Amino acid sequence: MRLQIASRIAIFALLELAAKPDQQLSVAEIGKKYRISSHHLAKVMKVLGREGLVRSVRGAGGGSQFSGNARRITLLDVVALFENFGSEDDDAGKSGEATDEGRVLRHILDEIDDISRATFGSITIATMLKLLERQRKNHRGRASGGN
Amino acid sequence: MGAGTTKGEALRIRRVRADDMPRVAALDRRVTGVGKAAYWRDIFARYGKRRLRERFFLIAEPAAHGAGKQLLGFIVGEVRAWEFGSAPCGWIFALSVEQGARLRGVGEALLEAIAAEFVKSGVTKVRTMVARSDRLPMLFFRGAGMAAGPYIQLEMDLA
Repeated sequence: MRLQIASRIAIFALLELAAKPDQQLSVAEIGKKYRISSHHLAKVMKVLGREGLVRSVRGAGGGSQFSGNARRITLLDVVALFENFGSEDDDAGKSGEATDEGRVLRHILDEIDDISRATFGSITIATMLKLLERQRKNHRGRASGGN
Repeated sequence: MGAGTTKGEALRIRRVRADDMPRVAALDRRVTGVGKAAYWRDIFARYGKRRLRERFFLIAEPAAHGAGKQLLGFIVGEVRAWEFGSAPCGWIFALSVEQGARLRGVGEALLEAIAAEFVKSGVTKVRTMVARSDRLPMLFFRGAGMAAGPYIQLEMDLA
């Protein structure tokens, strides 16, 4: 499964900001870590700001700050801002869509979309941060020679 | 069984007793909208009284004296071996928390308690199944660290 670049950028930006909810981070700081151009990141941040997930802080030392509820925002909420998981319209104009074979294939693709949607919809930003912490703990354990 | 705290409120997790069952059934009815008195009598008979080394029916209640017979939640599960080709593992098939007691760590405490029992039984994995449309349980179990397993549930209509 691949996400569009804007969805990935949005998730990374929200994880950075939600991990430090009392701080402001600049587009440059976030872009540097993930090797994302300021141009791409600014476009994504504009969308996130419009949805109330981040707020801009102007002036010297300003940047963006997380303004959502990490326990309520799911990956689906974020991804849905930048892409859709498919609809009947996706097949419009595609060869075979009006055939029985096309409809059976559509049924299978819908099943995959439903599973993807349920998975993304069940993982909040807070859960992602917990997963990150667990991964970092495991890495630290391995690095120190523990099991 | 165990004690814990949930955001400042002391909690007791213990095995279910017969006199808990009316409140278990009532909580289930409030949450699901479906009354299942016979089902819960059967569940108590099987998971509350038999094969208690591998079957766990736990309830959560306030630890404070004089708290009355307030049931905050329950969890039911067992160790299942070799089903679907899987090595023995713990399965949770029921978990319910009183609406007014949610977001206070009750669910987490119940999950932690049953997980500890599974570990004592010798298994190292716990599984459950959640309807795709059941957002709240999905969010809860994911938040607790569970992830999709290697199985896919399949089904078909018979009539």
